[in-house]
Amino acid sequence: MKVPATGPDLVSVSNVDKVFKRGSEEIHVLGGLDLQIPQGEFLALMGPSGSGKSTLLNLIGGLDRPSQGAVEVGGERIDQMSDRRLAAWRARHVGLVFQFYNLMPMLSAQKNVELPLLLTHLSRGERRRRAAIALDIVGLSHRTGHYPRTLSGGEQQRVGIARAIVTDPTLLLCDEPTGDLDRKSGDEVLELLQELNREQGKTIVMVTHDIHAAARASRTLYLNKGRLTTEPEDLVA
Amino acid sequence: MAGLFNWLSQILSIALFNLRSLPQRIGSSVTAIIGIAGVVAVMVSVLSIAQGILRTMEKSSSPENAIVLRSGATSEMMSFVVGDDARIIAEAPGLARGQGGSLASPELFVIINLQKKSTGSDANVPLRGVTPQAPLVRDNFRLVEGRMFEWGRNEVVVGIGANLEFEGLDIGSSLTVANKQWPVVGIFEAGGGLAETEIWVDALVLQPAYQRGNSYQAVYAKLETPEAFGEFKDALTSDPRLNVKSMRESDYYAEQSAILHNLITGLGTLIAVIMGLGATFGALNTMYTAVSARGKEIATLRALGFHSGPVIVSVLIESLLLAVVGGAIGALLAWAAFDGYRAATLNWSSFSQVAFAFDVSARLLVQGVAFALIIGLFGGLFPAVRAARQPVSEALREQ
Repeated sequence: MKVPATGPDLVSVSNVDKVFKRGSEEIHVLGGLDLQIPQGEFLALMGPSGSGKSTLLNLIGGLDRPSQGAVEVGGERIDQMSDRRLAAWRARHVGLVFQFYNLMPMLSAQKNVELPLLLTHLSRGERRRRAAIALDIVGLSHRTGHYPRTLSGGEQQRVGIARAIVTDPTLLLCDEPTGDLDRKSGDEVLELLQELNREQGKTIVMVTHDIHAAARASRTLYLNKGRLTTEPEDLVA
Repeated sequence: MAGLFNWLSQILSIALFNLRSLPQRIGSSVTAIIGIAGVVAVMVSVLSIAQGILRTMEKSSSPENAIVLRSGATSEMMSFVVGDDARIIAEAPGLARGQGGSLASPELFVIINLQKKSTGSDANVPLRGVTPQAPLVRDNFRLVEGRMFEWGRNEVVVGIGANLEFEGLDIGSSLTVANKQWPVVGIFEAGGGLAETEIWVDALVLQPAYQRGNSYQAVYAKLETPEAFGEFKDALTSDPRLNVKSMRESDYYAEQSAILHNLITGLGTLIAVIMGLGATFGALNTMYTAVSARGKEIATLRALGFHSGPVIVSVLIESLLLAVVGGAIGALLAWAAFDGYRAATLNWSSFSQVAFAFDVSARLLVQGVAFALIIGLFGGLFPAVRAARQPVSEALREQ
């Protein structure tokens, strides 16, 4: 079903199919899916395991390609880009937040946040400065030299968010950002995401199982059997 | 230019992450290093035997020296030169001259049986009957102990290599040859050449002992200059009284060592390749494990925008680094254990022992490290390509 959106669209997913092949078996994860995400929206994607939430997130983030259909972000058809161009596009326009943080264990918080800036032509000093700003935004300016193993889960996730925003991307994609956190840490992370959405105008797409997390978003969509709905009741029907 | 810099920067960054995480994989990394070190140590050691033999042969020859054999003979063992012919050869043009006339030494070559010190087994040892010109023809001949044998007496001097390798060749001991006692009166060096494996005796004493009449097997000659060889050879070839062939000494020794050198080189290479295959699988296993252990990190880097190329190159850098360390350790072990180590083996061309020193040359050390790099390259390439080609979303999901 087509989900209506308001305002100028940053993301436009049109008639997308996604089929995975496992041996001779074909698994249809998404079928004829349409989705528009206006600029500045905080969208929560919910649905049962295996419903295709992460797959949809990956398609929007250029981490995967649709079997059929078009994915347009910021006016660019990312499904038609070469791997090399897509990687460069991701580095410029997308910030990724993972459920298990995906920090480099051998790097300090500061160095982890600097990672995406290595793909730019910024000087070392400028990289440091921007990483420090990002860590300050997430409230971790006092933990810059700490390694991931010495940080709590909530702190690690905030480092992950700092890494996601350090390049000032237009789109933040968060895959279960509170899935590995306790309620308090989860709330802090969600507040941070809300701030980034409200105060810095970041467009956020968040996959979550948690109804409380979804409540922080400006819109929630439900995915089941490859189809999007606006109401959770539709999942049952 | 900026793109290249960015690409190199990505390689450097990922390679540094890989290397920083090495301590977490110290076990498998050390195993790969030891495996590669073992292969290189064996390869370099075996090839140093061939290199040592080759070097011994090289040291045996001088560019100014020639050897004359009977036509058709491929070695001294198979040659025969009568005394009259030897005199004609000594008068040929192009030969250097000393106080005793031209520097040409007709020589007799027989083989006697002695025991090897190292194994106690029988070994064929060359006994050479020489003339007073022999030490003059060979530049590097030098007595290091005792004295020269007296001409016309049953006495011998022994090469230092023979003295070290075979029983009963110390000064004061006596050899039993052709039912006669031959006291050892001196030990000589010959610049590390083949002659150091030989026992020398007066040819005129050896001839009757072996009932050779007035015959020899070869004539060793020193030329006025290396360029005089052509004139010398032409004179012998065109003389209708002679049925001989002349060769530069270097060519003769190269021919003599070819079978043994090629055999050992071939064997050494075969062993190295077989062991190298094993080490490559070891390196493959190590790098697959390493890439698998860092799969989440590699997938994350690629998700953040790092390209596949730098991922491949950085994994290869780690693999090559492990290989270089292993190769260097192996090469140094071979050098420390075997360089200069003296041994003797049978030269198939002369059916006699040749004493030599293992020669772990700089070239062999470089070859060893280069071989290690090949192992590292193949060991790292497949895991690197696999890591880089796996779809990012799939790689992230597997973690």
